[in-house]
Amino acid sequence: MFRSAFRATLSPLRVTPAVTPRSLAIARRFITQEAKQQIQKAIDATPVVLFMKGTPEQPQCGFSRAAIQVLELQGVPSDKLKTFDVLQDSELRSGIKEFSEWPTIPQLYVAGEFVGGCDILLSMHQSGELEELLEKKGVLPPLEKVPSEMTKS
Amino acid sequence: MSSEASGPVEVSIRDKLKTLLQPSELVVTNDSWQHRHHAAMRASGGGSGETHFSVNIVSDAFKGKSTIQRHRMIHAALSDEFAQGLHALSLKTKTPEESQKAESI
Repeated sequence: MFRSAFRATLSPLRVTPAVTPRSLAIARRFITQEAKQQIQKAIDATPVVLFMKGTPEQPQCGFSRAAIQVLELQGVPSDKLKTFDVLQDSELRSGIKEFSEWPTIPQLYVAGEFVGGCDILLSMHQSGELEELLEKKGVLPPLEKVPSEMTKS
Repeated sequence: MSSEASGPVEVSIRDKLKTLLQPSELVVTNDSWQHRHHAAMRASGGGSGETHFSVNIVSDAFKGKSTIQRHRMIHAALSDEFAQGLHALSLKTKTPEESQKAESI
């Protein structure tokens, strides 16, 4: 179910829309448990996971664009960040809203924990809370590691 | 835009938040017009004109609550609206103290 969303965001080429196999519609009643497990696996697999509309290269919504820009500004390394394009997969789109108990996209997870949407991300970025969180979770190196010439008073 | 009458979703948002949170300040803005071109809105024929809102709210009820908790309170109050086509909600939530601090900067 997620494979199209995975490929879509990792590929630098133009994305083709996903096609949901008809057989999935029949099994929809059972998808929810599986969907929950797949989402859980996804948020556990990478330190920073953003569920967004579109891709980092082509966000399809201003709020998603703002969210990915904040993460890029914070310098999250690309090997520690994974994005999922909910527009490629309507089951993911509704599934993640249920999973997070959050009605809107984008949604950010850090170290498997839900952090918030665009507003929260922006205000945490401005207050420095986001930087703190990313350092704490080992996504960003702590500032002490900066060369000493920069911290001498 | 301020000369236009409030639509039913806007009225509902205002009423529910007033009841739930008894805010000292509440500004609800309909931003839907600004989003009418984005892909999902175009796909649904422009949307209902009540799809994207911003809410600026100051309330004592937010004391001691994290931002996520405050947002969840508001989402819970508006779950019907989200089920019926409310698509995006930009939230600024403050307690009266936080609001005063912000103004004094």
